[in-house]
Amino acid sequence: MHTMKKAFLVFLVSLLMCPALTAQTITYKCSKGTAGFFSKAPLENIEAASDKITSLLNTGTGEVAVLIPVKSFKFENGLMQEHFNENYMESDKYPNASFKGKLLDSCVVQQGTAQRMDVEGELTIHGVTVKRVIPVQIKYNSDGSLQVASAFVVALADHQITIPKLMYKNIAEKVDVTLDLIFSPKK
Amino acid sequence: MKQFNIISIIGLWILVPLTIHAQGDLLSELEEDAAAEAVSDITMATFKSTRIINTQSVELIPASHLDFRISHRFGQINSGAYNFWGLDQATIRLGLEYGLWDRINIGVGRSSFQKVYDGYFKLKILRQQTGARTIPVSLVWFSNMSLTTLKTGNQYIEDHFYTRLAYAHQLLIARKFSQGLSLQVAPVLVHYNYVSADRENNLYAVAFGGRAKVSKRISVNLDYIYRIDPIRDNGYYNSLSVGIDIETGGHVFQLHATNSQGMIEEYFVGQTTGRWQDGDIYIGFNISRLFSFAGKRTRRG
Repeated sequence: MHTMKKAFLVFLVSLLMCPALTAQTITYKCSKGTAGFFSKAPLENIEAASDKITSLLNTGTGEVAVLIPVKSFKFENGLMQEHFNENYMESDKYPNASFKGKLLDSCVVQQGTAQRMDVEGELTIHGVTVKRVIPVQIKYNSDGSLQVASAFVVALADHQITIPKLMYKNIAEKVDVTLDLIFSPKK
Repeated sequence: MKQFNIISIIGLWILVPLTIHAQGDLLSELEEDAAAEAVSDITMATFKSTRIINTQSVELIPASHLDFRISHRFGQINSGAYNFWGLDQATIRLGLEYGLWDRINIGVGRSSFQKVYDGYFKLKILRQQTGARTIPVSLVWFSNMSLTTLKTGNQYIEDHFYTRLAYAHQLLIARKFSQGLSLQVAPVLVHYNYVSADRENNLYAVAFGGRAKVSKRISVNLDYIYRIDPIRDNGYYNSLSVGIDIETGGHVFQLHATNSQGMIEEYFVGQTTGRWQDGDIYIGFNISRLFSFAGKRTRRG
């Protein structure tokens, strides 16, 4: 009888836990964001940005996914944009750049404060997947939205993006990438 | 009873995490969303340059970009060792072309051959695309006007300005069939205000062009213009050009061989005097350098 009572108590507690668990696992969807990159080379600096980035973040499991259509990157110089898609990224073959990973720390942030943490996962650019640990900064806004910022470096060689010898002075071998995303709870 | 409770507890503990994970892979969810969103994928880079070789291509330069274009033709190969097989002589066209909008370009040029000034207008009517809308070809209207200023010694021409003007109009229809192959066909009308008595003012022609990519940065190009000329044996021939395009960052370098010396429609469509079989071949190149005045504002679509 005693064990039965105990079991019943555990059952009750587990029932109570259920809403708590589901409340924690809110999936956030990126509603507004920009992805940009910057290449600094002796002859010229190249930068481009995209506002077509999409992302999902599950604060319960810590799972993160990011997707950017490569053709959505806008350049100042139209010819560069064409070459970026045609010669370097081969966007017709590999239309998206993506990231799939998991937060390494549990996501418990106080409203209004920012927390730095790492995301471990697979970064796919130009059809080549590389395991990466990427730092992010997450901030809970008072309106319930999440603000995520990240800056990291992508080495073109890691993703088999080749620079012709002639262009070494125009294109950096390592490109700085920045992400700025605002997430709101997914309906 | 006791057993039932334990089973239900275990069952719950198994089920709860399951419902959490049943949401599936977030990335595939994003990919599905992206695929469901109907966006038009506008075909890029049907040709590498605004010219296939001599003929205009369906490519336009983007809004607020200026293209400085130097077209250069050496002399005839068959002019012999004394003229270093044509390399001693040169004709050149300097051009400035500007993207008013992504779909409207204007340009001016000056050719040393016949001392011609030209101005043109180019309008992209349709853009080849897939996705939300499917358009199988790109369609571009091109019109130009030329003023030949070479002194002729003919008093009538010297006294009448209109005689020096000529016009060309064409509708360029092109399709990028694959990454490697693009083809173009264009009906052309050239109108000469003044022609000698044995020739017609209007000349109709069909221009064919194409490019095949041999590597990421190099393509082989061809253009051929068939004149529908009612007058035979008037000393003019169909223009045939073969060449390669090499991309080097901000430049596109085009190297070619052609039987036309003129670099604007009025001359290479209607007044090509060279013949390939006679060795009247001109080696030439076009260099184009694109400057952007677009600033950081996003390009218009």
